[in-house]
Amino acid sequence: MNNQHMIEVDGLRKAFGDLEVLKGIDLVVDRGDIISVIGPSGSGKSTLLRSLIHLEKAEHGTILIEGAPILEERGNKLTHISETEIRKRCKKLGMVFQGFNLYPHKTALENIIEAPTVVAKVPKAEAIKNGEELLQKVGLSDKRDTYPCFLSGGQKQRVAIARALAMNPDILLFDEPTSALDPELIGEVLQVIKELAAEHMTMIIVTHEMTFAKEVSDRVIFMDEGKILEEAHPDKLFNDPDHPRIKTFLDKML
Amino acid sequence: MNIEYLVQSTGYILQGCSVTIKLFFLTLLFSMPLGFLGAMAKTSRVKTLHIIMEFYTSIVRGTPLLLQIFFVYYGLPLIIPGLRFDRFNAAALTFILNYGAYFTEIFRGGIQSIEKGQYEASKVLGMSYQQTMLRIILPQTIKRVLPPVANESITLVKDTALVVVLGIGDILRNSKEIVARDFTISPFVIAALIYLLMNYVVVIFFKNLEKRYAVYE
Ligand SMILES: Nc1ncnc2c1ncn2[C@@H]1O[C@H](COP(=O)(O)OP(=O)(O)OP(=O)(O)O)[C@@H](O)[C@H]1O
Ligand SMILES: [Mg+2]
Repeated sequence: MNNQHMIEVDGLRKAFGDLEVLKGIDLVVDRGDIISVIGPSGSGKSTLLRSLIHLEKAEHGTILIEGAPILEERGNKLTHISETEIRKRCKKLGMVFQGFNLYPHKTALENIIEAPTVVAKVPKAEAIKNGEELLQKVGLSDKRDTYPCFLSGGQKQRVAIARALAMNPDILLFDEPTSALDPELIGEVLQVIKELAAEHMTMIIVTHEMTFAKEVSDRVIFMDEGKILEEAHPDKLFNDPDHPRIKTFLDKML
Repeated sequence: MNIEYLVQSTGYILQGCSVTIKLFFLTLLFSMPLGFLGAMAKTSRVKTLHIIMEFYTSIVRGTPLLLQIFFVYYGLPLIIPGLRFDRFNAAALTFILNYGAYFTEIFRGGIQSIEKGQYEASKVLGMSYQQTMLRIILPQTIKRVLPPVANESITLVKDTALVVVLGIGDILRNSKEIVARDFTISPFVIAALIYLLMNYVVVIFFKNLEKRYAVYE
C-alpha cells in the first residue's frame, strides 16, 4: 500500500441548513504535498478543512485518511463509523487555527505537552524534552513558562504550531494562520511554516498570503462557492489561470 | 450597660455561631457538588436531563427560601407520612437544594462562557469529552465563577439567619432572646458585627483565591 494517498476526498458535500457550503469536492493529498487553498470569503475553505478533521460532519461523500474512512458513502447512504474510530483516524491530522485557541490557563510548554501526556500517554519527562525541542524549533525557548496572555499574536501562533506538532501528525492543516496577526508579526509565523515545508511536512494551508502561497506550495486550489474551481501548480494558477474569476480575484488581492 | 454585660451577651450570642457556621459549611459542602452535577447535566447532550434540571432550578429560584424551609419542615411530613426531619436537618436540606440550584446556574453560565475554540483545539488534539471538560473547560470555569460564587457565599452567611423561624438557636435567635429579656438593642448590634466579621473572612478568602487564579489572563 505504498501508493496510498494521505488524504482522498470524493464527492464531499456539506450544508448548514439550507445553505450548501461544499458542493462536491474531490481532492487527493500525497505525502509531502504542500497545498494552498485560496478563494473568496464564504467559499467554503474553512468548512473543507474542518470536515477533513471532523470538526464538521459532512452529509455526502467519502473522506479517507491514509486509506481509512472517516466519512464513507455507499449507495447514497453513509456508513456508520464510530466516534472513537473517527477520532483515532483523525489523529494523523493536526490543525492550526486562525484564533490560536491556546489554553489560557497553561504555560507555553504546558500547552504543548498536554495532549502528548494525556492522550498519547507519553511519560512526562519525555514530553517535556520534546516540548522544549519544539519550542526551540519555533524560536520560543525563552517563553517556556509564559502564559499565552503575555505572548504576542505571532508568538501565540508559533506555540500553537508547536502544540500541533507535538502529537506527531502526518498532515498539518492551517486555517488562515496569519489572518489574526498584525502585519509585522506575519513573517515570523510564515517562516516557521516554510521551515516545515523544507522538511517536507504534508500541509494544507488556507491563506490570503498570495506571495507566500506561490513560494511555498506545490499546488494551489482555488475555491469558489463550494467548489474547487481550479487546482494547479502555483506558476500556472497565479500567472495564467483558466478561469477569469480567478484573475479578477488575484488582481484584487495583489 | 457595662463591659461585663456586653461580654456575657456576646458569649451567649456566639454560642449560636456554631449552628450558623455548621449550616454555612454544610450547605457549601453539598450544594457546590450538586451545582457542579447540575451544570454538567444542563450542558450535556441528554435532553431529558435538561428538562429535569430546568424544572428543579426554576422552582427553587422562583420561590422564597423561607417558604421552602416551611415546606420541607411542615409540608413534607404531611405529603409523605413518616418523612420527618429534625429542625436543623430540615433547614440544612433546604439550604443545600436551594443553593445547589443557584450554583447550577452559575456553573452552567461559566461553562458556556468558555470559547468554542477550546473544545475544537482539544478535539483535534485527540482529547475525549471527559478529558476536555476536566482538564481544559472546568479549570477555566472555576476562575470565571469565583466572583459570583463569592457573592452567593456572602448571601448564604446572611440567609442562615432565616432558620430562626424554626426556632433553631443561631446567632440571630440568641440575640433576639436577650433583646426580649433585657429591653436593649445592643445584642442586635453584636449580632450584626458577628455577621460582618464572618463575611469579612469570606471576602478575604475569595480575594486570595482570585489572586491565585490571576496568574493568567
Ligand atoms: N456553523 C455554521 N453554521 C451556519 N453557517 C455556517 C457555519 N459555518 C460556516 N457557515 C457558512 O458557510 C459558508 C462557508 O463558510 P467558510 O467559513 O467555510 O468560508 P471560508 O471560505 O472559510 O471564508 P473566509 O475566507 O471568510 O474564512 C459561509 O457562508 C458561512 O457563513
Ligand atoms: Mg475561513
